[in-house]
Amino acid sequence: MKKHFMKGCEAIAEAALRAGCTFFAGYPITPQNEIPEYMSKELPRYGGVFVQGESEVASVNMVLGAAATGARAMTSSSGPGISLKSEGISYIAGSRLPAVIVSVMRGGPGLGSIMPAQQDYLQATKASGHGGFRMMVFAPSTIQEAVDYTHKAFDYADRDRNPVMILVDGCLGAMMEPVILPEYHDNCNKQEDWVLDGCRQREPRTVLSVSLTGEPQEQFNIEMAKLYESWAGKDTEVELYEMDDAEIVLAAYGTSARIAKTAIDTLRDEGVKVGLVRPITLYPFPYEVFENLDYKRVKHVLDVEMSIPAQMVDDVRLGVLRRAEISTFGRSGGVIIGVDEIVCEVRRIAEGGAFNG
Amino acid sequence: MDSVKIISGNCKGCGYCVVVCPKKVLEIGESSNKMGYRYATVARPDDCIACKLCAVMCPDSAIEIFE
Amino acid sequence: MDKIYGRPESIKNRVSTYCPGCLHGVANKIVAEVLDELELREKTICVLPVGCGTLGLFYWNVDMISSAHGRAPAVATGIKRCTPDKFVFCYQGDGDLAAIGLSEIMHAANRGENISIIFVNNSIYGMTGGQMAPTTLEDQYSTTTQKGRNPITEGYPMKMCEIISGLEAPKYVARFSMDCPKNIIKAKAGIKKAFELQIEKKGFSFVELMSNCPTNWGVTPLESLEWMRQNTLKVFPLGVYKEVE
Repeated sequence: MKKHFMKGCEAIAEAALRAGCTFFAGYPITPQNEIPEYMSKELPRYGGVFVQGESEVASVNMVLGAAATGARAMTSSSGPGISLKSEGISYIAGSRLPAVIVSVMRGGPGLGSIMPAQQDYLQATKASGHGGFRMMVFAPSTIQEAVDYTHKAFDYADRDRNPVMILVDGCLGAMMEPVILPEYHDNCNKQEDWVLDGCRQREPRTVLSVSLTGEPQEQFNIEMAKLYESWAGKDTEVELYEMDDAEIVLAAYGTSARIAKTAIDTLRDEGVKVGLVRPITLYPFPYEVFENLDYKRVKHVLDVEMSIPAQMVDDVRLGVLRRAEISTFGRSGGVIIGVDEIVCEVRRIAEGGAFNG
Repeated sequence: MDSVKIISGNCKGCGYCVVVCPKKVLEIGESSNKMGYRYATVARPDDCIACKLCAVMCPDSAIEIFE
Repeated sequence: MDKIYGRPESIKNRVSTYCPGCLHGVANKIVAEVLDELELREKTICVLPVGCGTLGLFYWNVDMISSAHGRAPAVATGIKRCTPDKFVFCYQGDGDLAAIGLSEIMHAANRGENISIIFVNNSIYGMTGGQMAPTTLEDQYSTTTQKGRNPITEGYPMKMCEIISGLEAPKYVARFSMDCPKNIIKAKAGIKKAFELQIEKKGFSFVELMSNCPTNWGVTPLESLEWMRQNTLKVFPLGVYKEVE
C-alpha cells in the first residue's frame, strides 16, 4: 500500500477530508495552524467549505450550524482555543449534533507556551464544557493512529449525534511519519429526521439545546447518560505493551507512551519487568484494564505524562484502587520527556524496595 | 358577517387595535379569556371599513379582516 | 366575504409567549408575511438568539436552530455555506447582536455572507429583567444603570445600522420602527427588499426594527409606543443607510 510521508497536522486534515468532511472552520493558534492551512487549500478542491472564523468562538458556532444541515463538520485548536470553544462544544452536545474537534496540546495554563505538552487531559475528558455532557476522546500516539482515528471519529460522531475529540500534542502535530491514508468517503451528508433543510412537505424541525422547564431537561440528560454508559463496553480502546509479566506498570498516552515504549525496551534489556498500559480512548477510560491487573505481581504503577501536576493519574487511581503504589513522572510546559529520564525513574522504583516481602 | 373578527383566545388586551382604528370600531371588553386578559371586542362592526390597520398593528395576529 | 388579512402561514396557529403589546409579535408577523409572499417558508432556516427572541421557538413555523448568545451570524454562516440554496435569516435582539455578538455580526457582515439579519432593538435586556443594553439611551433607567445611563462610565447607545453600513460588503442596511401601522408597513417593505437580495444571491442584508419593552420600561403597552416616539426614535434615525443594487 502506498505510504505518504506527512506532517501530523496535515495528515489529520487529509484524514478528515477522506472521511467526507465538507466543512471546516478554525482560527490560527500554534501548534495546529497547519490544519486550517491545509483545509483552506484542499477542502474547496473536494467541494467542501473552509472558513477562517474571526475567533475560536465563531468557528465552533459555524461548525454547529454546518452540522445542523447534515454536513460532516470539524474544527481544531489548542488549549486556550478549546477553552473558548467550551460553550460551543456544550451547545453541540446539548443540541445532539455530530462534530469532530481536534485539540493539539501545548503548555499551559493561560497563554502557556507554544511547545508540546499534555496539559489538557482534564479539559478534554472532564471539563470540555458546562452542563455535564461527555464526549469520546481519542489519543493517538503515532501519526498513523491520528489518521485512522480522525477518519473514524466522524462515524462515531454521526452514530451518537455527539461531538468527538481527537487529542494530540504539538509533537505529533509537527513531526512527519509515513502513513497509509484511508479510503475516501463521499456523499456523507446526512438526511436524517433531525437535519435542517427547509420544511418542504413535512413539519418544521427545531435544533435546540434549551428547555424551559426541568423535567424535559432531566429526561434529555437521562437519555444522554445511557448513551455515555454504552461506550464503556464496546468502544474502549487500549494498548498493552510488554504486560504479560510486568511488575512495574507505566501508564501513558500519546507521545509520552511512545517515549515510554522506548524506555521499556531499554529496561527490559536490563531485566526490569516493566510494561505499559496505553489508553487510546481517554473517554471512555479503560478502568477495567487497571482493575484487572494481577496485583500479586504488579507492585507499582508509574503514570508518565507531559503534564505537571499529572492529570490522567486521577483516572489511573480509580482503576488501581490502592492495590499498588502509584507515582507520577512528568515534564511540562513544552519540555519533552527524555527516554533516559523514564529509564532512571523506573530503575529508582525497581531498586527502591518496592518489592519488600 | 362582520369585516373584522377578533380571535379572543389569542388577544392579550394590549389595546393597540383600539387606538389605531380610524373609525373607533374596537374596544377592550369586560370579559377575560383563558389567559386572563380582557380581550378586544368589535363594538361597532358596521363602522368597519376593512382598512386593516388594526390587524397590521396586532402583535398577536389575533385579528382577521374580511371583505 | 373573503379573508383579506390574517395570521401568516410562517407563524404557528397558537398564542405567542411574548408579553402583551411586545412588538416582537409584530416583527415575527411581518417577517412571516414576507416569507409567505416570497414562498420561502419551506426552504427557510431561522437562527434564533438568546433573549426574548428565543421564545420564537414556540411560534415560528419554519425549520429553526437555537444558537448561543450572540453567535447566530456564525451559525448562519455555517448553515448557508453548506446549503446555499436554503433561505437563512438570523433574528436577534440588542444584547445578542450588539453586546456579546458584536464580533460575529461584524465579521459575517464584513465577509458579505449571503444571509439576512433581523435586528430587534428595544434598548434593554428583556428576558433577564431589564439590564442595560448597548442600545440603552443616555439617562435611561435600567436595573444596572439605576441612576440612568451615564456616557462617561457606560458609553453612548450603539447605532448598528451606522456601523454596519460603513463596511464594504453589506448590500442593504436599514432601520425601521414598529410603533404604528404606517411604520410597520414600511418595515415590511424593507424586510422584503432584504430577503429578495438574498434570493438573488446579492449578499448581506441587515434590517433593524425599533421595538419596545413595556415590562422592563415599566409602562403600559400603549405608553410604550409613545415612549418610543418621545425617546428611542429621536436617538435612532429611521431610514435606509446603505442600498447597493
